Amino acid sequence: MNVIVCVKRVPDTEARIRVDGSGTTIDSAGIKYDISPYDAFAIEAALRTREAVGEGEITLVTFGEATSQETLRKGLAMGADKAVLLTGEPGPDGLATAKVLAAELSGSDAPLFLFGMKAADDDSQQVAPMVAALTGRPCVTGVSDFQVADGKALCQRDVDGGSEVVEVDLPAVVSMTKGPNDPRLAALKGIMAAKRKPLEEKPAADIGSRVRLKSLSEPPPRAAGRIVGEGPDAVPELVRLLREEASAL
Amino acid sequence: MADVLAFAEQRDGQVGSTAREVVGVAASIAESLGGSVHALTLGGPGLSANVGSLAEVGADAIAVGEHDALGEYNPEGYVDIVVAHVRSGGYGVVVFPATGLGRDLAPRVAAVLDVPLASDVTEVDASGGTISITRPVYSGKAFASLEMDATPVVFSIRPNVFQAVERAGAGAVSTFTPDVDPSTWRVRVVERRGAAEGQLDVSEASIVVSGGRGMKDPENWRLLEELRDSMGGDAALGASRAVVDAGWRPHGEQVGQTGKTVAPKLYVAVGISGAVQHLAGMRTAQTIVAVNRDADAPIFSVADYGIVGDLFEVLPRLSEEITALKAGD
Ligand SMILES: Cc1cc2nc3c(=O)[nH]c(=O)nc-3n(C[C@H](O)[C@H](O)[C@H](O)COP(=O)(O)OP(=O)(O)OC[C@H]3O[C@@H](n4cnc5c(N)ncnc54)[C@H](O)[C@@H]3O)c2cc1C
Ligand SMILES: Nc1ncnc2c1ncn2[C@@H]1O[C@H](COP(=O)(O)O)[C@@H](O)[C@H]1O
Repeated sequence: MNVIVCVKRVPDTEARIRVDGSGTTIDSAGIKYDISPYDAFAIEAALRTREAVGEGEITLVTFGEATSQETLRKGLAMGADKAVLLTGEPGPDGLATAKVLAAELSGSDAPLFLFGMKAADDDSQQVAPMVAALTGRPCVTGVSDFQVADGKALCQRDVDGGSEVVEVDLPAVVSMTKGPNDPRLAALKGIMAAKRKPLEEKPAADIGSRVRLKSLSEPPPRAAGRIVGEGPDAVPELVRLLREEASAL
Repeated sequence: MADVLAFAEQRDGQVGSTAREVVGVAASIAESLGGSVHALTLGGPGLSANVGSLAEVGADAIAVGEHDALGEYNPEGYVDIVVAHVRSGGYGVVVFPATGLGRDLAPRVAAVLDVPLASDVTEVDASGGTISITRPVYSGKAFASLEMDATPVVFSIRPNVFQAVERAGAGAVSTFTPDVDPSTWRVRVVERRGAAEGQLDVSEASIVVSGGRGMKDPENWRLLEELRDSMGGDAALGASRAVVDAGWRPHGEQVGQTGKTVAPKLYVAVGISGAVQHLAGMRTAQTIVAVNRDADAPIFSVADYGIVGDLFEVLPRLSEEITALKAGD
């Protein structure tokens, strides 16, 4: 079963984010970039689906700058078969990104389009259901694990205040969150093989952004906290502060 | 000025504090830009009897779509109804909650309307005549200030961040029966497991009590449960990824980069070191308390109040003192 996985190159989760002099972009000096963590869950889910079904081609799609090649190679090293880089600069308009991706995906008959639940840079949590709406496919978001059988995917997902099992007809769009399956690390053999796998590069569809980023700012530092004391004897003072100073109780 | 629409989420036939926050934000925008405040809520039969509280925070009109198939959320049922409602009302602004439901619903509605969406917004300012929106990016390590060049302006708000102020709205309730046919749905819920009776979701609770690897054993969570219970009905349990990965706690409780983002009034981190990926999920809490035996644990750098000590000694005392405090109220 063929699967397309949309992945994005984002700063590593450890990265210290600083706004640069322009006031609208971050200073990329010293930042390591990687596949967005949720997208790694999606690649893992694609690999498992292929293992369970016994066949299928896995294609990675990214909308980003040329530097995203490195990200795609990493996904290929995990076991994906080929990759497409739609070159351009994704911005703060998630619908514009969704349109770029949908323009590439709409011609595909792959039964599954997999996404991460959110990209660890803009944290928008919107591109997957938007692509679903644009391509006319049903969509399940925030899936921790799924199984494919009889033209359907049975998806496990957490919902506020509980969890549910949802059945969706294929072809479908599924966005992945953390679940029982940790993304596999690429083995040396995979890394060597990835260098020879096809990576197609073409310009992204030209979609204007209707969201204007006025400024990017660093959060005000939290006012310095204090150690109330040591051990259980500090508890009464803590409770007093929570009630009288913080009005939190 | 066009009217402002708030999508008010119901659960178990009730509209809760998140729905009031969404209506409150809509009302504050209408106050600056003009127009009246409309709420839309979808649910099962009988819902219209339970929506009156939305008028107290400014709803002038409350449209309630009732249908047997709408009691529980399914995008296949909800999207078309919301889209049709937005179109027929000619709204200038549509506000959603950034709850699990809202994060699933709002992008679909925006895509069908062909307008962009700002999600998980933490600040809205309409005082200058245009709507300026601020939302966290890079898991809260930066904030983006945005302007949306489309009508309607559609965004979702992070729960617990906005306080709904009392404003009397006309509160005219109109009930309608949407046309829904579940037999055509391509997404079907086959099983639903609720949390234990009366337990709030960690992303919506106003007090969160979280445990990490320092708790040593899943059995010890009874100590955290006691603390949660001492706090009253608005408290929920959270967890670090380490204890979720160890299978001690369900993933639904995980706070952080690959878990939930919470913004409670009070966040208590117990036996949690404060890794950057954990902070990503809770740094916007109003007050943070940390209990850790390591005085150098990074959690103390974001905590407003800390106790250095053995959690097994501190927790029982803390539950006891808070219970006593509450008993005196
Ligand atoms: C891509 C990625 C995503 C991630 N996402 C998340 C996420 O969403 N959420 C998350 O939480 N983590 C996440 N992590 C993991 C994160 O890096 C940390 O490993 C994790 O948060 C550590 O959990 P912990 O604080 O419970 O455990 P530890 O770091 O082991 O800390 C345990 C703490 O307990 C204290 N302690 C021990 N015994 C006692 C005692 N008796 N009394 C008092 N204190 C005691 C110790 O001093 C220590 O500070 C992610 C990591 C990566 C790479
Ligand atoms: N520029 C992009 N290129 C490829 N996939 C993307 C891009 N932006 C977002 N996505 C996909 O959409 C998911 C959700 O992203 P977002 O809605 O931006 O939080 C991501 O986890 C990716 O799977």
